[in-house]
Amino acid sequence: MDERRLREVALTPDEYRAILEQLKRAPNEVELGMLGVLWSEHCSYKSSKALLRRLPSSGPGVVQGPGENAGAVEIGDGWAAVFKVESHNHPSAIEPYQGAATGVGGIIRDVIAMGARPIALLNSLRFGPMPASSRHFEGVVAGIGGYGNCIGIPTVGGEVYFEECYANNPLVNAMCVGLVRTDQLMRARAEGTGNSLVLVGADTGRDGIHGASFASLELDERSSERRPAVQVGNPFLEKCLLEACMDLSHTDAVIAIQDLGAAGLTSAVAECAGRVDGAGARIDVARVPRRERGMTPYDVMLSESQERMLVVVQRGREREVESIFEAWDLTSAAIGEVTGDGLLTVFDGRDEVARLPVKLLTDGAPMRRLVGFAPEPPYGLDVDALPPPADPGASLLRLLASPNLTSRRGLFRRYDHMVGDSTVIAPGGDAAMLRVKGTRLGLAMTTDCNARYCHLDPHLGAQLAVAEAARNIVATGARPLAVTDCLNFANPDRPEVYWELEEAVAGLAHACRLLDLPVVSGNVSLYNDSNGESAIYPTPVIGMVGVIDDYEKRLGAGLRVEGDFVLMIGSTHNDLGGSEYLKVEHGHVAGRPPALDLTREKAVHRLILAAAQSGYLHSAHDCAEGGMLVGLAECCLLGGIGVRCPAVRPEPPLRLDAAFFAESPSRFIVSAASRAMPEMQSLARRHNVELSLLGLAGGDSIEFEGQLKVSLAELRAAWESMVAV
Amino acid sequence: MKFGVVVFPGTWSDRDCGWVIDQVLGQELTYLWHKDADLKGCDCIILPGGFAYGDYLRTGAIARFAPVMEKVGEFADRGGLVWGICNGFQVLCEAGLLPGALIRNASLEFRCEWTNLAVERTDLAFTSQCEEREVLRVPIAHGEGSYFADPATLSHLEQRGQVVFRYCDANGRVVPNANPNGSLHNIAGIANARGNVLGMMPHPERCSEAELGGTDGLKLFRSVAESAMKVLVS
Repeated sequence: MDERRLREVALTPDEYRAILEQLKRAPNEVELGMLGVLWSEHCSYKSSKALLRRLPSSGPGVVQGPGENAGAVEIGDGWAAVFKVESHNHPSAIEPYQGAATGVGGIIRDVIAMGARPIALLNSLRFGPMPASSRHFEGVVAGIGGYGNCIGIPTVGGEVYFEECYANNPLVNAMCVGLVRTDQLMRARAEGTGNSLVLVGADTGRDGIHGASFASLELDERSSERRPAVQVGNPFLEKCLLEACMDLSHTDAVIAIQDLGAAGLTSAVAECAGRVDGAGARIDVARVPRRERGMTPYDVMLSESQERMLVVVQRGREREVESIFEAWDLTSAAIGEVTGDGLLTVFDGRDEVARLPVKLLTDGAPMRRLVGFAPEPPYGLDVDALPPPADPGASLLRLLASPNLTSRRGLFRRYDHMVGDSTVIAPGGDAAMLRVKGTRLGLAMTTDCNARYCHLDPHLGAQLAVAEAARNIVATGARPLAVTDCLNFANPDRPEVYWELEEAVAGLAHACRLLDLPVVSGNVSLYNDSNGESAIYPTPVIGMVGVIDDYEKRLGAGLRVEGDFVLMIGSTHNDLGGSEYLKVEHGHVAGRPPALDLTREKAVHRLILAAAQSGYLHSAHDCAEGGMLVGLAECCLLGGIGVRCPAVRPEPPLRLDAAFFAESPSRFIVSAASRAMPEMQSLARRHNVELSLLGLAGGDSIEFEGQLKVSLAELRAAWESMVAV
Repeated sequence: MKFGVVVFPGTWSDRDCGWVIDQVLGQELTYLWHKDADLKGCDCIILPGGFAYGDYLRTGAIARFAPVMEKVGEFADRGGLVWGICNGFQVLCEAGLLPGALIRNASLEFRCEWTNLAVERTDLAFTSQCEEREVLRVPIAHGEGSYFADPATLSHLEQRGQVVFRYCDANGRVVPNANPNGSLHNIAGIANARGNVLGMMPHPERCSEAELGGTDGLKLFRSVAESAMKVLVS
């Protein structure tokens, strides 16, 4: 086999030999292309599958774990939350607007395929420093807004960080959350020999051919030539597709719905059949509605044209389904049927053009055995050598103005975060919350990852990401339920990168086990490097959902009542390693990330949830990046109320800079009326959690007697310095 | 009172408006499909927010040709209540039921945020429950909501008092800083001369319950519902 041809379909000579062995003949061109896309890292997880098995994926509330279009957990009253996060990093690097837009479109279809109505979008973004990365940043933000705003699904949460390591490899992870009655959850299984395969939505064009393979390579100077591998989104069409798919619940003629995403028709048909033992499929590409003339069977099978779904329909009832799509002026075409021979057979009219075992496509890719090797640890940090903060107030202002900590209001107002009339906690605080209409349930959701911690210690960093996401959920008063993860890493062929991946997955598994959080869906994005260098920080993004039984008991992050006691829950240590303070004030990305005790973390969650449930709290905020002082400033700015505090006198060995700026985990800043103090103190004792008084809410500045006093106006000016971006 | 909410392909505030009418206000609700040639006996037609037909070409430019719009035009001519919200306002302007046009926001960006609206007319069916010069807190969500009209049209509108809502600060002052999109004269909503057709960019259906951040929008829905009561009584 010509090596150049193999490279084009992103197969290695070893993989080609495996194909020959299993197929016992040489694949033809169409078959080679189909195998190439499905055996790509993006589709086959050949480098990561063994690791992913370590993640806990079951639990009492799980109604659908990994392996489907999205995961699902029960949230009460007969409802399930369906959710998944997915990366669109490579396309967004080349064509930021369309890359991000189609990333959003793709994740929405994953949720639709489960029979759920998508109710919310979130994202997690990484860019190089501004203004150099403004092409990426502007394009991605506009693309996310362009798609989400048009389709009418609110974008309610997200995070964005700026670090040098993402300058050539921005990360664009999109998460979608949907709702479905638990008994109406769909699964994309091609059941029933003879049932029809109906392709609906957009016509098929030549766009996105080899997209999945492209996403499985490092970027290089020729990557921009791959722009045709980036698809173009049509959110209007997807809106119609969404509503038509919702209308499918009116008929029981539908067996399954499957999204056409990476690797297009090939993947959709193979995956649908692959989930049923012994099932196969016979399809005719001549029946696929096309956007342009002259497309070959190869083009049709590999196209990644957006806004398409495959629907498995009971034989003889195709007309019922077609009429639902017709009402939305959508094309649908019966392109084939389910078979019982375990083969995916492709015809072009009468000519057979491909015939491959389904299992060869979906499970045949040889798993890669990669070797991890711990690199030199990043350089340490001698905390004792750091000078004490000369002016904590000035440090606070610089931190609030740092790109990683500034208010994201300027971003969230570019996204419609209200459509649907369900957003009861808007973006800008910790987690967002949507009510489930017709119930008292509130569904909290967040995305989180501090990749700097993961760079310094991937095992601990991944645990911290899970813990912080959980804290975001808990801060609203909701119980964390389950996780979706997006593992963004560099080239795993490099032992130090594979080691990062191993460590991060182990950390993730450990934290999820201890916090009882099953990982029900996820995605892996590797090869986020350019020209063999400038690898990204390991970035295991955590998406999480949680539930509160009565959303009237939800908590916001902002202070609400003058005169309230402002409390720190949890204890502070000299955790300056990897902190934003260290980077902004001392120019270091160094040291060990904060130590995490998951048992203590859990105890703190229980305390906050008990206090929220009993109505003792007026607000709660996760104390994270920037430490206590930044967290407190956020509470003040979000609530429009200042705080007066006595001077901080840390007990040795705690340092003053750490008391203000250390990022010790398992901490919350809460406010409560003075009359609730006895109850709060007894709750803290019962849960064996430290509770300390920071100060009293009131005034229009943050004051620590004799140490700092900064007006809210000054703080806001610094914090909102990015609004103009 | 029977409300009819029009659904174009690409409309997304239909269900939000429907929720307020049906679940919050307990009024009769029916959805009107863009291909419908019958308004099903509705007393008030709402053209809700969204991106009708994708808003490709120009916002509202294709929607005005929908079969249902012919009936909506006839209904308006007969004095029926027609209420365009966001995309619906854009459609009403394209259809010629209201003067002027909505152009790209001055910021060139989509904006989803809370605004304050000074109510300038309280004698309309849509605003009868509002106080004189009342300030309503209502969110916007649009990329093309900057109201534009030629000087003659604008002065005509002002002279006849057709400006119903203006963006203002929390104290009711109509100042440039309170204008989120560059609308001429801070215009957020206008009515036709007869007062039975209202177009507004802000979304009252998003602030009709306390848990969503405010209930000022409900005053407008209530006004419409009450106006029908009055008709029945008189």
